[in-house]
Amino acid sequence: MRINCPNCGERDRREFYYQGDALALHRPAAGADPLAWDDYLHNRDNPAGDTTDLWFHEAGCGAWLVVERNTVTHAVHNATLVEKVRR
Amino acid sequence: MGYSGFRVIKEGLFGQKGWKPVWRDPDPKPEYDAVIIGGGGHGLATAYYLAREHGMTNIAVLEKGYIGGGNVGRNTTIVRANYFLPGNSEFYSHSLKLWEGMEQDLNYNVMHSQRGLINLFHSDGQRDAFARRGNAMINQGDDAILLDTDGVRQILPYLDFDNVRFPIYGGLYHPRGGTARHDAVAWGYARGSDQRGVDIIQNCEVTGINIEGGVVKGVQTTRGAIKAKKVGIVVAGRSGQVAAMAGMRLPIESHVLQAFVTEGLKPIIDHVVSFGMGHFYISQSDKGGLVFGGDLDFYSSYAARGNLPMVEHVMDAAMTLMPMIGKARVLRSWGGIMDMTPDGSPIIDKTPTEGLFIDCGWCYGGFKAVPGSGFSFAHLMATGRHHEPAAKYRLDRFRTGVGLMDEEGTGSQHNLH
Repeated sequence: MRINCPNCGERDRREFYYQGDALALHRPAAGADPLAWDDYLHNRDNPAGDTTDLWFHEAGCGAWLVVERNTVTHAVHNATLVEKVRR
Repeated sequence: MGYSGFRVIKEGLFGQKGWKPVWRDPDPKPEYDAVIIGGGGHGLATAYYLAREHGMTNIAVLEKGYIGGGNVGRNTTIVRANYFLPGNSEFYSHSLKLWEGMEQDLNYNVMHSQRGLINLFHSDGQRDAFARRGNAMINQGDDAILLDTDGVRQILPYLDFDNVRFPIYGGLYHPRGGTARHDAVAWGYARGSDQRGVDIIQNCEVTGINIEGGVVKGVQTTRGAIKAKKVGIVVAGRSGQVAAMAGMRLPIESHVLQAFVTEGLKPIIDHVVSFGMGHFYISQSDKGGLVFGGDLDFYSSYAARGNLPMVEHVMDAAMTLMPMIGKARVLRSWGGIMDMTPDGSPIIDKTPTEGLFIDCGWCYGGFKAVPGSGFSFAHLMATGRHHEPAAKYRLDRFRTGVGLMDEEGTGSQHNLH
């Protein structure tokens, strides 16, 4: 598996740390319902197919990336800097 | 028909022509008292104990593929009860006791071999942690022996004891731990269930769950609709998709865990050895292959195969621990789909839908749990009450934060286990 880092180009999976679902970017407001926090922290769509998750280019440029990839084929479609997709 | 030594000899004399299929291949009936979604080890064990313990024989197990084709046939076959935390401790203790009676109970040779398991440690701090774990195991009524370096050297002389980075300080020895023939466990429970009248329906994928007014009414399948008063979801790595049919999102991410086997060798590794610092563990199958594995690849996946970095890491760890392994040739590697929960412990619980139950989140430790999970899930489905040894496996513990069982002590969060 190789990920195309917008800063560094296509790099080996070893250089990246996997954080999890890109849902992590959508932190509930401070006063949100506890159920919203449960959804944010624990519950997952866990798709078999295309997914969007967060990877950290730990052994590279140090950027956080939003990676679109497929959980069934391991194909990596796209990687974008978090700062470009953040709300 | 039962199995016996006499029968093995008789069949041997007459060309092995007397063996018959040991479970039927029925068409689904329009209605059952209970339906189990998932014909893996846990689902078959659930059906078996529903029939044996609770007299529920008008039930069906629905399997998308074939019996033994999922994780129950893809694991590294280790059976143990060396857990530390309340909740896990009593559950795995109960499960190991069921293992010890399984072959007689099922009249089926699952090749359960209590060859002993050794968890190695490499520092004073780790020794303290394992001493504490061993005491917890003894308190639970199971067995644990803390070995020093010489103690380990006596039973595992082939390890690299003086490794510069991970010198071996000792090991926690769990004599009742061991291995079993994984396929046989699935076949034994399938046969036992079938003998008690359970319909095992293969090539039958569930495509929908019928719910009316908050009560489960049955399932839609590729072989037609089936009505059921109770439905149990026991689908391991596919839990997310099946739960979604009932409108649920689960605290589960599916990950890939790889395993490896070498060509058959003469007996050399007599125990199960686990090298936690290198994320490596190994045993030798009765066929002679060295069966070993490591940690997750650590990204969500349904591919049932992994990537090369983890292959490399596992081989590195093997060579670090036991350099003698270097000349063995790897025959094949594969991956399984692990239903990972945030705290690394499983779920056996009711759902918000009446009559719908779920058994999932076994992470990478589902095989040893097969009898315990089946027994406790059957108890819950039949009686509506949690079975005591599994009573802490609640679905809502993540929402409430009460009763989390983070066995590794790394935190209750996805991607940490």
